[in-house]
Amino acid sequence: MSADPTAEGIGDDASGEPGGDPADDSTVGSQSTDTDDPLIDVGGLTVSFGDVPVVSGVDLRVERGELVGLVGPNGAGKTTVLRAIKGTLAPDAGTVSLAGDRAADLSAREAGRRVASVPQETSLAFDFRVRHVVEMGRTPHLGRFDGHGAADDRAVQEAMDAAGVARFADRSITEVSGGERQRVLLARALAQGTPALLLDEPTASLDANHAVRTLELVRDLVDDGRGALAAIHDLDAAARYCDRIVVLANGGVHAAGPPDEVLTAGALRAAFDAEAFVGRNPATGTPAVTAFDAVGAGRDDTDPRRLHVVGTGRSGSRVVARLAAAGHRLSVGVVSEGDATAETARDADAAAVTAPAFAPVDAETCEAAVRLAREADATVAVGEGTRRDAGERTDPNAAVLAAADRLVEVDADVDAADLLDAVRGLDDPDRPRDA
Amino acid sequence: MSAWTRASVWSAGLAAALVATVVVSAAIGPVRIPPAEVVKAVLNAVSVPAGVETTSAAVGTLRLPGVGPLTLPGVDLTYASPFAYPVDDVHAQIVVGVRLPRILMAALVGFALAAAGTVMQGFFRNPMADPSIIGVSSGAAVGAVAFIVFPTALSATVTLPLIGAVDVGLSYGAGVSLFAFVGALAAAFGVYAIATRHGRTPVATLLLAGVAVQTFLGAVISYLQLQAGESLRRIVAWLMGHLSGASWSEVAATAVVVPPLFLILLVYARDLNVLLLGEEEARGLGIAVERTKRVLLGASALITAAGVAFAGVIGFVGLIVPHMLRLVVGPDHRVLLPTAALAGGSFLVAADTVARAGSTELPVGIVTAAVGAPFFIYLLSNREVHEL
Repeated sequence: MSADPTAEGIGDDASGEPGGDPADDSTVGSQSTDTDDPLIDVGGLTVSFGDVPVVSGVDLRVERGELVGLVGPNGAGKTTVLRAIKGTLAPDAGTVSLAGDRAADLSAREAGRRVASVPQETSLAFDFRVRHVVEMGRTPHLGRFDGHGAADDRAVQEAMDAAGVARFADRSITEVSGGERQRVLLARALAQGTPALLLDEPTASLDANHAVRTLELVRDLVDDGRGALAAIHDLDAAARYCDRIVVLANGGVHAAGPPDEVLTAGALRAAFDAEAFVGRNPATGTPAVTAFDAVGAGRDDTDPRRLHVVGTGRSGSRVVARLAAAGHRLSVGVVSEGDATAETARDADAAAVTAPAFAPVDAETCEAAVRLAREADATVAVGEGTRRDAGERTDPNAAVLAAADRLVEVDADVDAADLLDAVRGLDDPDRPRDA
Repeated sequence: MSAWTRASVWSAGLAAALVATVVVSAAIGPVRIPPAEVVKAVLNAVSVPAGVETTSAAVGTLRLPGVGPLTLPGVDLTYASPFAYPVDDVHAQIVVGVRLPRILMAALVGFALAAAGTVMQGFFRNPMADPSIIGVSSGAAVGAVAFIVFPTALSATVTLPLIGAVDVGLSYGAGVSLFAFVGALAAAFGVYAIATRHGRTPVATLLLAGVAVQTFLGAVISYLQLQAGESLRRIVAWLMGHLSGASWSEVAATAVVVPPLFLILLVYARDLNVLLLGEEEARGLGIAVERTKRVLLGASALITAAGVAFAGVIGFVGLIVPHMLRLVVGPDHRVLLPTAALAGGSFLVAADTVARAGSTELPVGIVTAAVGAPFFIYLLSNREVHEL
């Protein structure tokens, strides 16, 4: 007993509607408003629940053709900002404008034609069919006595195809999985045919394939001239798909800008109170964030050290990343060009002395590494191959280790806590020098 | 098939079922009358405007400048009965004069209660909701019981401008109905006012306010019963729900109120679907949430009040009929609302037929509760309620 999208007997066609306005014909990928005003413009937004301020003075805007990521720790107010834009939350101060008009002045219907939102979950108690839920997205385009016209059916079908829910369109919304339901909600927002989209954790319950497909779909829609604001926890995905990222922390905008500028170890440390290493995803070339359990948090870890790391391969890379995430200033060398440790050192903004692979290291290079080791508070030697007593004549790093003021020797598979303890214990004469 | 097409098909079928139920019900009673004779008697009673004729008695004179006085003739509509089947006069009187008003009242009340119950279950997103959940039935009961206990106190002489002193004396039945209606609306409005803060009415608060007000009004009813003395029997009969003694004028009054309110609810059926997504999402989809809630609540309260004002508290119709139809036609209110309302009409006609068919007439509320409670227990032990 489901509605057939191609049914001829639906009655009134959009073209026959006397009051049909351009928005009624909008389908996935087209637009209803053609001004230059930003699709979403939030200024000085302040919201409190009771006496507790959640966000204060938040400014952000979403232009056409722009996907803006909203990131931040739990409780930073991401959902609150989205709700204020949706109009379901009255701000204590500040304004929200949708395509140039104050949202507070718009009717719910008009607002529903300008911005559609994909919630994290839906609380649908009765077992509507998937197609019916997507059809509800057309609500702001229908007058009280209108039936679904041909344009509505087309929009619903395109939205279901785009979100990949057409396959189970006739199943009950209560029977599909959480990830499928999230895609149904995306399809509903697409059927709404609005120039702006709000997404609250759009990939939270999706598998790897559908998470990527969802974000690619949003990216395509944005490239076609829509705008989107997505609250997103996956920082790598945010870096990969967003044009700009707004970091919310402590009730305000902590940083905003392109992913390369915003997603830095320092910014993440301050915003998330977490130790993170920002590298490069080798597959996409976009920033890749690796967060660590902040084992130093709560301890007296206020002064970052200047450390020189001698190590190669994945083990060296790992130690560099962890030390960089902990806030230490690093230098590395000598390592082969293209070695994983050298790549990581570059991402960590560490000075790296490199030498061509499979070639003898010349004296000048060696001298540069020795100089860095001397400047450092300590030198960290990673793995058996870099111990001071191993192959002194063949390993150019023997000279570097020899030059070290203080030496911390760690195993290739050293535990992060032990590594940080070893570095931290440098000033304590009773502490062992290796871990 | 579009939703409205489905609604039309289902409604046509259920309307036919309702007509059949009415005919069968009118045939049943102490005097058995064949259904064919029932139909003939009803058709004989139908009269349609057949034409216009002028009467010789002039109603006025029109004077226009330049023209002599024109006499305006009186105009009368003539009625004709298109059918003249041979029917026993006594049988015709029993069907048209006695049974039919009661049956039609049952149909209207069942229709109203089932429609309001459907809307309340959707509105509260709660399968336990029924028309009385916002205090309508309790309020009606307080109004009715108060009039039954203090009937004389409620008649008065009012001096109106231009007309002079008018005795506002209500007939006993009309008084009970009017006070039940007013009490129902007062209780519903009170619940709404309690639950509303800063223009917003959270559904959960509304539910709790309804429970609190119902409890309070229950205390008032109990107290009035203690004070009732000889009228206690009438109070109990009213509280159990009854359809006996319905007159054509009461049917007409209910028929004027119920259908327009039902149409309002039907127009908002799609909005009610979207409201099921939750209020935030409904707003995001362009629904003016608070206004829609006010319309739905107001129309539901009025249609329920119209139902209970004459018939008293008839339980379970508004609870079980929507559940049954939801299992059959699905949750789309564009289909569910008209089908549940029509089925509610049939259900109450059938229940009232059972109530009056025995040697001793039972209050219809006993029959609906006796049928409804086991069915609800069945629902509790099955998926419908467990999944919610």
